[in-house]
Amino acid sequence: MAIHHREAFLDNLAEQLGRSRKRNVEAPHYSVHPQERVFQGATQEELVEKLEEQCKIIHTSFMRTDLERLGDTLRSVLLNYDVTKVVGAGGSRNEATGLTNFYQEIQLEGYDVHIWDEAKGQENVSFAERAGAGIVFSDITLAESGTVTLFNDRYNGRSISLLPETFIAIIPKSTLVPRMTQASQLIHEEEKKGNLVPSCISFVTGPSNSADIEMNLIVGVHGPVKATYIIVDDL
Amino acid sequence: MSIKIGHKPYAERIQDGLNNAFMRKAVSSAQGRFRSGRLKAAEELGDWEDWRTLGEEIRSHTMENLDYYLHQLSEQVEKRGGTVFFAETAKEANEYIQEIAKKKQAKKVVKSKSMVTEEIGLNEALEKSGCEVVESDLGEWILQLDEDPPSHIVTPALHKNKEQIRETFMKKKGYTGSDDPVELAAFAREQLRQDFLEADIGVTGCNFAVAESGAITLVTNEGNARMVTSLPDTQISVMGMERIVPTWEDLEVVVSLLTRAAVGQKLTSYITALTGTRLEDEVDGPEDFHLVIVDNGRSKILGTEFQSALHCIRCAACINACPVYRHVGGHSYGSIYPGPIGAVLTPLLDGYDDHKDLPYASTLCAACTEACPVKIPLHEHLIRHREIIVEREKMTTKAEKMMMMGFAKWASTPAAYKLSTKMARTTLKPWTKEEYIEKGPGPMKGWTEQRDFPAPARERFRDWYQKREQRSDQ
Repeated sequence: MAIHHREAFLDNLAEQLGRSRKRNVEAPHYSVHPQERVFQGATQEELVEKLEEQCKIIHTSFMRTDLERLGDTLRSVLLNYDVTKVVGAGGSRNEATGLTNFYQEIQLEGYDVHIWDEAKGQENVSFAERAGAGIVFSDITLAESGTVTLFNDRYNGRSISLLPETFIAIIPKSTLVPRMTQASQLIHEEEKKGNLVPSCISFVTGPSNSADIEMNLIVGVHGPVKATYIIVDDL
Repeated sequence: MSIKIGHKPYAERIQDGLNNAFMRKAVSSAQGRFRSGRLKAAEELGDWEDWRTLGEEIRSHTMENLDYYLHQLSEQVEKRGGTVFFAETAKEANEYIQEIAKKKQAKKVVKSKSMVTEEIGLNEALEKSGCEVVESDLGEWILQLDEDPPSHIVTPALHKNKEQIRETFMKKKGYTGSDDPVELAAFAREQLRQDFLEADIGVTGCNFAVAESGAITLVTNEGNARMVTSLPDTQISVMGMERIVPTWEDLEVVVSLLTRAAVGQKLTSYITALTGTRLEDEVDGPEDFHLVIVDNGRSKILGTEFQSALHCIRCAACINACPVYRHVGGHSYGSIYPGPIGAVLTPLLDGYDDHKDLPYASTLCAACTEACPVKIPLHEHLIRHREIIVEREKMTTKAEKMMMMGFAKWASTPAAYKLSTKMARTTLKPWTKEEYIEKGPGPMKGWTEQRDFPAPARERFRDWYQKREQRSDQ
């Protein structure tokens, strides 16, 4: 932890700009705010429709369920992907949504399940590396782009949504907002309040892809190859 | 590598480009797709001009107060356990990173796509210190295996076809599969996964740093940048000093502009905002984080008439709109930054001596300026470069000077002008076929190698005009 060579570097910038160093800058007033008009006034239901539409573009399966049927829905997704090794995010939401029970059930059915646990250290990562599916909760969901925002932390390790071949995001309907604007505002407000911004915020939009070979879209490169979003209506 | 690529002179590079039929086909089809993607995304979003205005205002406010925001950024990064190094030159940046590698006794460094590390030649520096450096972006990996420089700032291997890529994989990595892009990518996934897991250090660029919170944001599609920042214990991010926004609210605007202008996506698959080191109770992510902020000539642009060139968000929309790039391809520019923004930026960063031809690689049609999501007046900068090259740098060749003097003399002598316009048709007759000149002599040669030139008309404009005047008098 240190800062090297800063003062001379910044003094030079100020000099180039023809003034002395700025110690304070007032927040600017921009002349237009088009970002606030996108999906302005849309209901949660309308946002779900937008999200479903966008899922077609981002090569992501879209499913809708409620808390009661969440376990069955997840089971069908895992079956469909033909995976038996599953890594899931930890934390209190598992208990609240009945996922803890679900994970126990499928373990009895022969699935190999690992719930992210900081106490297990690197074992988490090496399990995720071998897992066929990673299951996480979306913290904020952006309807316009079909993006799940993940505040990666001790419960939701970065590897869960990255290393397995399939990516499953559980999306509480209440987390839907029009676009990145609202997510950024929230993070900005938290920052202003002095709350710690997560060490990693991942805005994930469908599976990984590339157009690096002859501009052909290849779905699935280093990150997940397939993705499913499960909207939970009563969450 | 540095900003300059290759040693061939400009004219030769252009010829190589023009003669590369595959590359030209690939570039024109890519340009078409990029362009329609951008236009469609802009239309879908609506109010595109308002978005561009906002983008310009954010970038311009940031540049005007750059010292303040870089200070704020460095404070925030340090608070979150990171180390910040301000590097005035490429050499300083490389030496600092080499030192970290040495301290960590690093054997393998895995990288995600970054133009600034190409610019400072970081790979060579790390290799010199005995590290194996692995590029993990699919396009960059292909180029690294083939020892070829990038030709586009978003899709760096645009000039290669799948057969060539297959051959490279076979020769360098023992690949035995087909030339199906999906199979080629799956091979890269499998090969590189091991590198991610083994690497001691992960190196990234930075699309935008957020001053208020100290976040480094990476805009990607493949997921390799997430690997690079999740698995190795040490992360080094290198950023050009202008790649910063004040707040999260500004970040989302420039990211929205970037993904749409670059590839027509609403957002790319991964927008990853990384702040400092992993927290104590976290398992993955780096335990040691270094941010290297690079000047390398950028500060010379601040406070000048070219300052808005620093507003660039590296989306390549100008490259994808440029008719000259379409024909000559990226390598012809002799710079890792090709196209209109490359022609503006390269002489500013690396001087006119090696790059005085670049501002002329433009028809001044202004398609670049129109495409730019943050309204950089690119074609106006190109004109200004030309003025400087002629007037201040006095870099015009003797032959051109003489030609211009001759032209001035000729055009200001009515008798000479009259005579030659009268004679033009007759003089060019031997080369004329059905009112077109297909293989012209002398100064027309360059033009007619590419396209036919219309033969001078039977009647001179002045004669025609005079007759018309007489007719109307009657």
